[in-house]
Amino acid sequence: MAAWLGWQIESNWADPFVFAIYSLVKPLAGALILVFMYAVIAKDGLHSPLFPGVFVGNALFIYVPAVLAGISWTIIDDREHYGMLKYVYTAPVNVFAYLIGRGVAKAIVATVAVVIMLLLGTLALGVPVRLAGINWLFVAATLVLGSAMLSLFGILLGGVTMITARHNYGVGEAVAGGLYLLCGVVFPLDTLPAWLAATGRVIPISYWLEAFRRALLGHGTEAFASLSDGVLLAVIAGSTAVLAVLAVLGFRLAERRARAKGLLDMQTMY
Amino acid sequence: MSAPSQWTVFWRTVVGRAYPRIIGAQREKSWVFFEIFLPLLQVTAYVYIYRAIQAPPEFIGFVVLGGAMSAYWLNVLWSMATQLYWEKETGNLELYIVAPTSRMAILLGMAMGGLFATTLRAVAVITIGTVLFHVSMSVSSVPALVGVFLTTLVALYGMGMLLSSLFLLFGREAWHLSNLLQEPVSLVSGFYFPVRALGQVVAAAASILPITLGLDAMRQLLFPAMLGKFRFLSPGVELAILVGLAILFLFLSHRALAFFEKLARRDGRLSVRGQ
Repeated sequence: MAAWLGWQIESNWADPFVFAIYSLVKPLAGALILVFMYAVIAKDGLHSPLFPGVFVGNALFIYVPAVLAGISWTIIDDREHYGMLKYVYTAPVNVFAYLIGRGVAKAIVATVAVVIMLLLGTLALGVPVRLAGINWLFVAATLVLGSAMLSLFGILLGGVTMITARHNYGVGEAVAGGLYLLCGVVFPLDTLPAWLAATGRVIPISYWLEAFRRALLGHGTEAFASLSDGVLLAVIAGSTAVLAVLAVLGFRLAERRARAKGLLDMQTMY
Repeated sequence: MSAPSQWTVFWRTVVGRAYPRIIGAQREKSWVFFEIFLPLLQVTAYVYIYRAIQAPPEFIGFVVLGGAMSAYWLNVLWSMATQLYWEKETGNLELYIVAPTSRMAILLGMAMGGLFATTLRAVAVITIGTVLFHVSMSVSSVPALVGVFLTTLVALYGMGMLLSSLFLLFGREAWHLSNLLQEPVSLVSGFYFPVRALGQVVAAAASILPITLGLDAMRQLLFPAMLGKFRFLSPGVELAILVGLAILFLFLSHRALAFFEKLARRDGRLSVRGQ
């Protein structure tokens, strides 16, 4: 039900055609910026050995702001815009299921964008994703674990936005921007200064992107070359489990504080 | 006591509308972190792309300048174009309409107030980016650079006023439209690479956005040796077009504001919330 509600909120402001264009233009433009940067400057243009990994990483990263920031945005939207968060809490619903449901709508839109980006890369830009060469089992495992991981990150962020007033609009964007830089999405992780690269190696999303690169392209990046596929999945699964504990505890803590301070129906008009 | 002249009311309105934006920024200083930190993240990511592909160092400067100028585009989108939509949602738009003043003065006040925080953000991105990534610039003509920069801003905020009038008719789609215009404009205006890379036709079409020409001209004036190979038009021609765009957008915004306000009054959209 929450997913249906999320879908209606996301999509019912425009007819399906306009909505489809809206959902695609933004990620497409972001990817084309990369394409032109490589085409103009890289020594081998789009044939640069870095380009396929960068393109796939950028395409898959569409999920990150969509799910992670999408779930935390639900708190702001329901509280500040629609004034409905207090009603969600008075209804007999599980708030985690509700938040994840709202994130599902964003994930559906993101999935369409990711598929189209990958098709564009394969058919028009020479990114070597071959259907026959894709490790589907690995893709499925990575997708399931990644969805859980991003949802949990989103819930954790939702807790933060619940107890903050000003700038909560920017929290999701700031975190997604930081992850874009630190997870080696659009350049090899080792290009960063050592301390930033080390930070990137602690973030599970870096491993998740690496797993996708291996599943789709058949090879990953230098930074994680020493890890086998099994170890990679184990890292993602383990960090997702840790994140689950942190997200539930963190959100419940924030929720308790929000109730105590009367923040559940706060409208800052900011 | 005699009533103040229309001119006095106009300027009082400009100051009055700019005031909350400037003073508000002083009262809630934490915005500085978000306004500077967020664009810097993106700029840094693009800098490392260029480093990964071993681009000439000037390209790092292109990215830093593009990141700084993007602050103005975002300000025009979110604090000019969508502003009347926000005002409608919070119930202020009716007050603007009944106030005995010019709507153009209100929009100009918004622009002036917005320019304050945005300029701070742009300066911070330029300064931090230049220091952090060792960008070296050689300004070929300071007056030309200042002239291009200021004309770009006038044209850009004139465009913002025009968009603001158009958005008067919109409901929720105003938010989505602004959201939609971020990345595509970054692409076609060449925020992170020389716009000529898109080809002459696309670059010419993108020139309707003042920031396209402004950015190309400023890059030529700051990195003359490197951008010689990638320039779209000469800075003089770009400046002349920018002057034309500034006049055109200011004229159109004046006409559009009256037209769309009339239309919104007729359709009863001025006070409709939660569309």
